[in-house]
Amino acid sequence: MSDRSIFYRGLMVLGLILVSILYLLPSLLDPVPGWLGFVADKKVSLGLDLQGGTHLILSVDVDEAVRTYVEVNAEQLRRDLREEDVRSPRVRRTGDTVATVSVPEKFADDLQTILDERFQYFETISVKTEDGRVVREVSLNADEIARIHQSAVEQSLETIRNRIDQLGVSEPVIQRQGQTDILVQLPGIQDPERAKTLIGRTAVLEFKLVRDPVGGPYVNGDKPLPAGTEVLYGLVKGNSGKRSRGKSLLVESRILMTGDVITDARVRPGELPNSRIVSIDMNSRGARLFEEITSSSVNRQLAIILDDTVYSAPRIQERIPGGRAIITGSFTADEARDLAIVLRTGALPAPVHIAEERTVGPTLGADSIRQGVRSFIVGGALVLVFMIFYYKVAGVLADIALILNVVFLVAMLAGLGATLTLPGIAGIVLTLGMAVDANVLINERIREELRLGKTARAAVESGYERALPAILDSNITSFLSGIILFQFGSGPIKGFAITLCIGLASSVFTAVVLTRLVYDYRISRGTLETVSI
Amino acid sequence: MIELIPHGTTVDFIKYRNATAAASGLLVLIGIAIVGLRGPNLGIDFAGGSMVHVRFASDTTTKDVRGALAGTELAQVNIQELGGGDNEFLVRVPLSEEDRGAVTKRVTEALSERFGADQVEILRVESVGPRVGETLRERAVLAVFFATLMMGVYIWARFEWRFGVGAAAALVHDVFLTVAALVMFNYEFDLSIVAALLSVVGFSVNDTVVISDRIRENMRKDKRAALRGIVNRSVNETLSRTLLTTGTSLLVIFALYTLGGNVIHGFAFTLLAGFIVGTYSSIYIASSIVLYFEEKYPSAGRKVA
Repeated sequence: MSDRSIFYRGLMVLGLILVSILYLLPSLLDPVPGWLGFVADKKVSLGLDLQGGTHLILSVDVDEAVRTYVEVNAEQLRRDLREEDVRSPRVRRTGDTVATVSVPEKFADDLQTILDERFQYFETISVKTEDGRVVREVSLNADEIARIHQSAVEQSLETIRNRIDQLGVSEPVIQRQGQTDILVQLPGIQDPERAKTLIGRTAVLEFKLVRDPVGGPYVNGDKPLPAGTEVLYGLVKGNSGKRSRGKSLLVESRILMTGDVITDARVRPGELPNSRIVSIDMNSRGARLFEEITSSSVNRQLAIILDDTVYSAPRIQERIPGGRAIITGSFTADEARDLAIVLRTGALPAPVHIAEERTVGPTLGADSIRQGVRSFIVGGALVLVFMIFYYKVAGVLADIALILNVVFLVAMLAGLGATLTLPGIAGIVLTLGMAVDANVLINERIREELRLGKTARAAVESGYERALPAILDSNITSFLSGIILFQFGSGPIKGFAITLCIGLASSVFTAVVLTRLVYDYRISRGTLETVSI
Repeated sequence: MIELIPHGTTVDFIKYRNATAAASGLLVLIGIAIVGLRGPNLGIDFAGGSMVHVRFASDTTTKDVRGALAGTELAQVNIQELGGGDNEFLVRVPLSEEDRGAVTKRVTEALSERFGADQVEILRVESVGPRVGETLRERAVLAVFFATLMMGVYIWARFEWRFGVGAAAALVHDVFLTVAALVMFNYEFDLSIVAALLSVVGFSVNDTVVISDRIRENMRKDKRAALRGIVNRSVNETLSRTLLTTGTSLLVIFALYTLGGNVIHGFAFTLLAGFIVGTYSSIYIASSIVLYFEEKYPSAGRKVA
């Protein structure tokens, strides 16, 4: 073994150690000193299971978005037919993607023209004549459905991102996952329930006129439900702050105005001490509409409805110009603030459902870190002590290799910006086991060679050489399974796979290259008379 | 030189191979009975449903918790006490039609209403919908299957086919017995348990590879000696390494098991059970199968027994 080869290998190892320590510093030092430069943001971030936080997978109800779209189009079609002087057109949604249109027979051509010109994305699936009317079933075509799915998910993503921005969570993750899912991760959040409610709220704001402020008789059947009306409920607060269904009202089904005209929403102090109102500002279209509604319905009650719940139903005193309205209610500060956020950021195009939730409270996260680190240190220390006790100087060498192994591993995780989770820690423990094994294999082999009466130098050389195939085979098999795990695993298993693969690579390096270097150095100096093993 | 196994130790492992084969067979049968009778306790990762991990400021009984939740009208609520104290509980609610966010909310609200909001600390909430549960289940099964296949193929390519068969058999044996142990002690199967099972697979293969590697080396050294003797010698030569590695690994795992906390308890248990079974199987199952094939199809030029 030439001195030069040893020198270069030594230089390489030293360089690796220095670079690793450089990459470790940002994770260990708080605050990160400025002189670290570009590595300063290379930090091992802790997973939600360790630092606490909420992981949500929201699935966007794209089918509902399609249904809403069909409904809106059906309404538009009805209006268009009226405008073209088609008498008594009837249009309604009769399936998830299907609407049924009927017009008197003599208007069949007008219907055909309007469908062809303005509603190309509707395909006719059946036409028949009944009682002097043409009845046509039309369905959205596949391209349009795909487009609605796509835009519903994209818009939801955008809206949810805006809401979370306003909530003020640091370093949130919001990304699309698969076809219809949205992944949301909120590290270190204190009140996950509130965040969940805020994010998941559809927040469809509607204004409807109240027909009868007492809805009860229509619910229990004392009075028949008039055509074009529906019963909605108000909001009542329980003692524990829990919200439940309140007073019922009979409102007209026709939507006078929706929340899409809102340009801003703010919390303001109310008239009573400690009360709050949410004021909303509208764009010019909304202002005009609102003025029209209020002027034509003076003295009637206007219901302000959010997600089918009546928030307030003030009596219209006079025409209101200027496009400003207020929502009153017994809000807590947080509730008022969240209401303003959802009004400002707009409605979700479709409801979202929570497909998966994992929340770890901040205390449990801290407990997990403490216990994880403690068990890791205790277990590791026991192994280190045992190695020295069993292998003497060779044990010290193995211990140095093990410690450097952890240094390399964590530095690489930091460099990759990987997230350390509990399964990740388990992966580190496992690679340590493999690293110990590699050292044991080498040392046992050297002992065997010594027993055969070989010189120290020959025993070391053939020990490394003979142990190598077993070390490589076992690490390669584990590495292969790590890759498979990364490919198929989800969430925690992926984290485990990453640490496993990186750890295996660095453990082979430390056990085979690094410890060998020390022996080679001593051999080249001629100081390896005996091996303390 | 400190030696765990004194130099020159030769235990005739192969002598006991019928007895151990019988023991393994019996264990597997018992395992099948346990898994069959009890069925694996699938966690919400795989079965779907919701879980709330809660800590009370003062001691509470399962009965009180159940009482507090009676008003929620949630069906089949399962309440499990956790850890050493009397104040940590897992509340599980199986999959229902309801939106899962609402289920966990109802549980936490009912508890804070009954015990007072400052008395209840929500440590962890998990909720998995049916579609997600199914995906996770599928991916876990695929991951275990392909990882096992990949290892078998690698060993088959690097060694002889009979070593591959031996390793694969040892692997299946280890995973199965570990699963049986988990079922017996009623551990819940979740994603971290799957990760642990895969570590067991990795460790088991690692052990088998080391012994197979030595058998291969000794076979090359002596082209005519009976394989029985070679296997026995190889197992003995690697015995101290086997025990050292298993021993040090168990040291770390035992620390995880006792000090690691509730969250990784199941994980550590899986490793503990799996590593013990894995060490035994690489000595007995894998090498026995190689020998079995030698007796059936003797290698050319090699003495029989």
